[in-house]
Amino acid sequence: MKKIFTIAFLLIGCTLMAQDPVAMLQKIDENMYSSTKITKSKMIVYGKRKNKEIVMEAYSRGTKDTFSEYLSPAREKGTKMLKLDDKLWIYSPSSDRTIQISGHMLRQSVNGSDMSYEDMMQEKKMVDMYTPTIKGEEQMNGEDCYILQLDAKVDDISYPKVKMWVEKKNYVPMRQDLFAKSGQLLKTINMEDVRPVNGRFYPFKMNYKDVLKDGKGTDFIVIEMQDNVPISDNVFNKANLKK
Amino acid sequence: MDTLYNIGLSFRLAFRNIISSGLRTWLTITTLSLAFVMILFFNSMYTGWEYQGIRDQVNWEFAQGQVIHPDYDKLDPFTIESGHGNYEKDAHLTPVLIRQANIYPDGRMVPILLKGIPADQQIVELPTQLLKESKVNIPALIGLGMAQDNNLKVGDAILMRWKDKNGTFDAQNITIAGIFETNVPTIDAGQIWIDLNRMNQLTGLQQEATYLLADAEYNQTTNASWNYKDKEALLKEFYELIELKRGGSSFLYGILMLIALIAIFDSQVFSVFKRQKEIGTYIALGFTKKRVTFLFTLEGTMYAFIATVVGSIIAIPLLSWLHEVGIPMTSNVDQSRKMGITVGEYIYPLMTPELFTKTVFWVVVLSAVISYLPVRKIAKMNTVDALKGKK
Repeated sequence: MKKIFTIAFLLIGCTLMAQDPVAMLQKIDENMYSSTKITKSKMIVYGKRKNKEIVMEAYSRGTKDTFSEYLSPAREKGTKMLKLDDKLWIYSPSSDRTIQISGHMLRQSVNGSDMSYEDMMQEKKMVDMYTPTIKGEEQMNGEDCYILQLDAKVDDISYPKVKMWVEKKNYVPMRQDLFAKSGQLLKTINMEDVRPVNGRFYPFKMNYKDVLKDGKGTDFIVIEMQDNVPISDNVFNKANLKK
Repeated sequence: MDTLYNIGLSFRLAFRNIISSGLRTWLTITTLSLAFVMILFFNSMYTGWEYQGIRDQVNWEFAQGQVIHPDYDKLDPFTIESGHGNYEKDAHLTPVLIRQANIYPDGRMVPILLKGIPADQQIVELPTQLLKESKVNIPALIGLGMAQDNNLKVGDAILMRWKDKNGTFDAQNITIAGIFETNVPTIDAGQIWIDLNRMNQLTGLQQEATYLLADAEYNQTTNASWNYKDKEALLKEFYELIELKRGGSSFLYGILMLIALIAIFDSQVFSVFKRQKEIGTYIALGFTKKRVTFLFTLEGTMYAFIATVVGSIIAIPLLSWLHEVGIPMTSNVDQSRKMGITVGEYIYPLMTPELFTKTVFWVVVLSAVISYLPVRKIAKMNTVDALKGKK
């Protein structure tokens, strides 16, 4: 019996050792980040009394540039956001003004959701920011996953420690726990409904949850996604905000 | 000697004349003395508020002045992120570092300003010795307003999230070591005070400050590249606010004053019109027209004299009593504090000799001018026509 346990333990250990965590993280980055992407999605913000649904269309180029426009509800329709490198602008049609979001405003939530503007500003690939370690295997959100522990290797990073459950087949993260420097869990991101898009695999449903706050968090549901499609440079231009 | 006697006679005559008018006189005096009391009351109240506000803000927030980091503007929250830096140590300066953070009372996210101040400071009245005495990991001080808004009490632990100098999130429990009560909402609302050394450890910002509190002996030789503002400059906004409020309330007593002055004007017009025979008699008895004009002007001004005497009899004991017991501001205090206005639960009116003299002077001068305007006509009167009472 003892031998069986020892063999089983060695087998699991060997399997984990065989996986290079850095290569795994690279695969995650390769799968998640494409050169261009057009996404139509719905954000559901769960409130105490009522929920809010916002439909938006987003165009992204690499990890640095994103342009998004709210399509509904009527009150938010026409609101546009442009992120170029580390700068973020928001255009509000009701006031016909464009404002740059910076400083402490980046910490504010996006439309009352559990996501902050800062969360949208992540622009580096994970492999450039974290040193990964495989911590084990576990089933998460219906998929067999590796558990990765990511420790920051750069100083200027929001979350110094991340625990990530990565689906074994296609290297799609199924859950992320984001920790503070002290080890306090701050946010969780749960992913579901992984679908293939142009040879890559994306979770079509994500739930962002600020664990320090009450509530169900914020769902982010992808309605349509186009991967590696040409997008005009004009889209990623400040002039496009007022059009 | 004659002149003095004549003036004395004019005073006696004027007094007798207006008293003989009966109810009309007392009505005018009542209105004028009411205006006088109102002017004294409101101005004493604002002077008392100003005095308390200056004392509280100097004792709790401004000290004798502040040396402010050049990139920090207290009216622009965007500058908190970058408006801090290394400072030169000076025995007459106490550093304060401001960072933004969030706390999570009852599952809500509340943005706050985290302020670090040396626990052994004595320049302001914040009870920072409680931070020194506490044995918990992160002891914190909050104001009563902040405690009430977030249902916090001494000993409560609450999770706080902040970012260090690199922008990395950190979160730990802080423990309320003390709750202070102050009339200065700008150090209370949405703020948490911790020991500066602890804040340096938590944020990685060593020997950095947003502003430095100066004592009376600071001579501006250190930290010359920072902006020094003395307490008068820091109190400028407060002074402006008091002036604004003072101006607003002057409308009320201005109306009363106007009514009283119109009453005096009306009495004077009436006197010149109805008492022509009397004017003629005075001149026939040897009064010059100038002296008659003076007598009639004095009659009008006499209303103001009597009104200030009557008003003083009411105002001085009333304001002295209110200075002891205070005027409760309970209905406005919460609202004012939310707006960041320094106001105590009670305002203790303060009537200074300067205020009293100034008020008496203006009431008398205005009454004298108003009294003189209708009686100028006397100088142009024909004496015989006046004696005959011809219009």
